[in-house]
Amino acid sequence: MTSGLWELVLKGIWVTVQLLFFSALLAGAVSFVVGMARTSRLWIVRFLAGFYTEVFRGTSALIMIFWVYFVLPLAFGWQLVPMWAGTLALGLTYGAYGSEIVRGALNAVDPAQREGGIALSFTPWQRMRLILLPQAVPEMIPSFCNLLIELLKGTALVSIMGMGDLTFSANLVRLALQQSAEIYTYVLLIYFVIAFLLTRVMRGLEKRLKAGIGKEPERGASQRELRRAESTGVGAGAGAAGGGA
Amino acid sequence: MNWDWSAVGDFMPHFWDGLLVTLQALALGSLIAFALGLVWALLMRTPTRWVRWPVGVVTEFVRNTPLLVQLFFLFYVLPEWNITFSALTTGVVAIGLHYSTYTMQVYRAGIEGVPVGQWEAATALSLPVRRTWTAVILPQAIRRVVPALGNYVIAMLKDTPMLMTITVLEMLGEARLYSQQHFQFTEPLTVIGVAFILISYPASLLLRALERRLVR
Repeated sequence: MTSGLWELVLKGIWVTVQLLFFSALLAGAVSFVVGMARTSRLWIVRFLAGFYTEVFRGTSALIMIFWVYFVLPLAFGWQLVPMWAGTLALGLTYGAYGSEIVRGALNAVDPAQREGGIALSFTPWQRMRLILLPQAVPEMIPSFCNLLIELLKGTALVSIMGMGDLTFSANLVRLALQQSAEIYTYVLLIYFVIAFLLTRVMRGLEKRLKAGIGKEPERGASQRELRRAESTGVGAGAGAAGGGA
Repeated sequence: MNWDWSAVGDFMPHFWDGLLVTLQALALGSLIAFALGLVWALLMRTPTRWVRWPVGVVTEFVRNTPLLVQLFFLFYVLPEWNITFSALTTGVVAIGLHYSTYTMQVYRAGIEGVPVGQWEAATALSLPVRRTWTAVILPQAIRRVVPALGNYVIAMLKDTPMLMTITVLEMLGEARLYSQQHFQFTEPLTVIGVAFILISYPASLLLRALERRLVR
């Protein structure tokens, strides 16, 4: 491979990383807002949040991307820059999965903690902010780590829409060189390295957050594997059992 | 926003064709994922590091890299090595291989969930290794993991649209073809989006019911 082609790959990595960063931010925001809304006292809030989750988890991420690229401009006259269209589609889809993680972890907090908050006459928002979230967030980290890896893999989908990410640049290199084994091996390795780095960062984060509430990381890992399908990438079925089992 | 019902009507015959291909890919992909995942899980329990280590590395690698790139790899690289499959076969193999690295984890959790007493009882009865697995451990382990496996089937369903990129005419492929021929994007894409929800949501409800029956 020539240096020009490597430059193409580097540009692709940069686009993938940017897209990953922005859509992770959006997905994180969506998952906390929707996840907390699903524990609301008002049934209409719970219903709307649940409806959002089922719809976005029910369809495929790729179809959402197609929809944002082709239907939004026609139907509503919104033509988004590719980066934002990709961010929107990925963020909303993976945010729906994330909301299940948040809801599961919030439900898994010992009910006595919530009752204690009520007894001390905390407002609902104070209870959420000062009692529930500090205990629930460390429990979410391993699931969010898995989801982040799924999101990284999901970013490859935007290449189908012609956005110049890592996968797209790999396709260009394949066309230029007329051979595929080498470049696709490199690209798979690059994705793997990014995923590995993300896992390391999330492990460190989990350790720090758990130390803050006096717990050890990584317990019940095998039970979590049984739940993993539900929190990362799967149909509407997490049910009452999602998250911190 | 203008919605054209006649376009929906025109698209429907293509939709059924696409649905059939999607379900075919899903069924075959699931079979590969279930069988291969069990093989990985069993290999990970062999006593020698020389088996566990490579299997662990390979499955970790496949799990952490995008299915889309793996599809391209199989679709473009295998012919260079003079191995040619049809596009659908390539897609089925890629999806099955990718998800086998997930089902492997599920099987592992299921096997670890079998109480130690069962192993000890098998040893006490001096059952051969093969019988221990087939008559004692696996029946209990697999029963526990059926709902989790089902969830991965739904996940696979939602990854089948990727097969479009390697020229398989599943639902999204049919929708794109129709859109390009008739310049109507809204209707076909919305129809298949709704179809995915209509398949995956009841399926997940079914799995939840199944989970209540099978686990504990």
